Amino acid sequence: MTALLELKGVSRSFGGIAAVNNVTASFQKGEIVGLIGPNGAGKTTLVNLVTGVHHIDAGEIVFDGKRINGLKSHRISRLGVARTFQVVQPFPEMTVADNVAAGALFAGGAGSVAAAREEAQQHLEFVGLGAMADTLASALTLPDRKRLELAKSLAIKPKLLMLDEVNAGLNLREIDDALKLIRAIADTGVTIVIIEHVIKVVVSLSDRLLVLHHGELIADGPPDDVVKDPQVVEAYLGARFAQRMRGGTA
Amino acid sequence: MRRVETIYGPLAVLALLIGFAFIADNYFLRLSTSLLMYVVLALSWNFIGGLAGYPSFATAAFFGLGAYCGAILQKAGVPMFVAWAAAGLLSGVFAMALGRAILHLKGHYFAIASLIVAEALREVVNTWTGLTGGGMGLNLPILRLDVTVQARFFFFSMLTIAAASFVLSAFVIRSKLGFGLSCIRQNEDAANILGVDATTYKISAFTLSAVLVGPAGAIYATWVNYIEPGDVFEILHSVKPIVMVILGGAGTLYGPIVGAFAFIVLEEVVWRNVLTFHSGLLGLLIVLLVLFMPQGLMRVTARRLLRRKTRP
Repeated sequence: MTALLELKGVSRSFGGIAAVNNVTASFQKGEIVGLIGPNGAGKTTLVNLVTGVHHIDAGEIVFDGKRINGLKSHRISRLGVARTFQVVQPFPEMTVADNVAAGALFAGGAGSVAAAREEAQQHLEFVGLGAMADTLASALTLPDRKRLELAKSLAIKPKLLMLDEVNAGLNLREIDDALKLIRAIADTGVTIVIIEHVIKVVVSLSDRLLVLHHGELIADGPPDDVVKDPQVVEAYLGARFAQRMRGGTA
Repeated sequence: MRRVETIYGPLAVLALLIGFAFIADNYFLRLSTSLLMYVVLALSWNFIGGLAGYPSFATAAFFGLGAYCGAILQKAGVPMFVAWAAAGLLSGVFAMALGRAILHLKGHYFAIASLIVAEALREVVNTWTGLTGGGMGLNLPILRLDVTVQARFFFFSMLTIAAASFVLSAFVIRSKLGFGLSCIRQNEDAANILGVDATTYKISAFTLSAVLVGPAGAIYATWVNYIEPGDVFEILHSVKPIVMVILGGAGTLYGPIVGAFAFIVLEEVVWRNVLTFHSGLLGLLIVLLVLFMPQGLMRVTARRLLRRKTRP
């Protein structure tokens, strides 16, 4: 397998605090990778570094054989990196279809506004919003807005899709639907990085888990192994509780 | 965008305006020339303020720059039309450079930065007496034409620039650029992530907001024969177009035109009837209009008004 995305010693600090510290990891084509870690571990910062929202202080980010650190966001997205935001970011005054058309037009290679709108409809059908095409984005419910975010991301024809807490605020049934959708997207060959702090959601879905803690990568491996890793348990539950757990199972 | 507007409406208006120029008296011609000038300013501001959502107060800077460019060139013997075109080129290039410098600012910060530009230019013009005449102002060559013919000539000159602004707006609003600007207005971060080159798009919008204001300023200078810094860099040249666009409907094609018309009519009626308190009353009227029709005249329909009233 060839790596689609490679992080080599990536670091970034804000005001002297290392948000992401010397992270090295690679993401293979077609993989679903879970990126977990407690609140403030640097997960979103890592996404922001890959998508060019923030720039790295040190290291290198290689996507599809190209160095992308230092590129502007819109260039990175045109190369095929899509993301969703923790807080959904629709264009509220536009219709659902136009929201998706924007992605197709500016990064997905659609030739004209009309062509982009046509293409948008396919992506909307795929995420189950086909009937809502002419609704204003601001009128959608939260689960539908999350679907819209996915459709917008798909419109840029991504090779890599980073989902930042795409399940936050959804109930169990809705999460289930969302996971099915994410599976379906992965089956089309898109590499998916799913960011969560609810471990359970990611374990069932991911081929591999990465764990960030205080900006450092503390684990990288198959989900079942990673969740048993003492360091990971400690990061999530605190040192004392982790020790008690170890004592209990020994 | 969804509505398919035909080209016949604008053409009919154009024909009416041309006919109007031959029957109107000089007062109405003068007033209409002012109106057309404000249509240019409002349609231009609509690119950056209405479409991209960046509250620019730089219109006066582009207007003054165009006026002085045209005046100085004409005084130096450059043919009038060439001087007007040069004014467009200069204000466009100036906006492009200025945009590169201040368009990374957002909201109030951008507004203040753009507001200062006209003041700065006014000081430059005031100080550079050798070229601009400083505070004494500049006299322009007088056209040796009959008064009515002259009035008509300037009416048609402004009409040409206004029509150009309209065509440019119609084109941009339907284009990829207009789509991208609309994305930027609603959510710039999301726009970036979807591949919109926000920096380039914003600079384009800012340049568009200047490139026809410059010639309007230059035509104004030739029209009134005499300009001075306080007149052409007047802050009201920035504020009025904003009020007009908001009054008519920001980001729409016809809104700025309807707004400019409504504003000039209001201004004229109020001016005539309440001479002593006209600016106060005009201000009050505008505040009321914006409060009760925040979407602008273009979006007001009977149903919307009713719905407003029935809302708790």
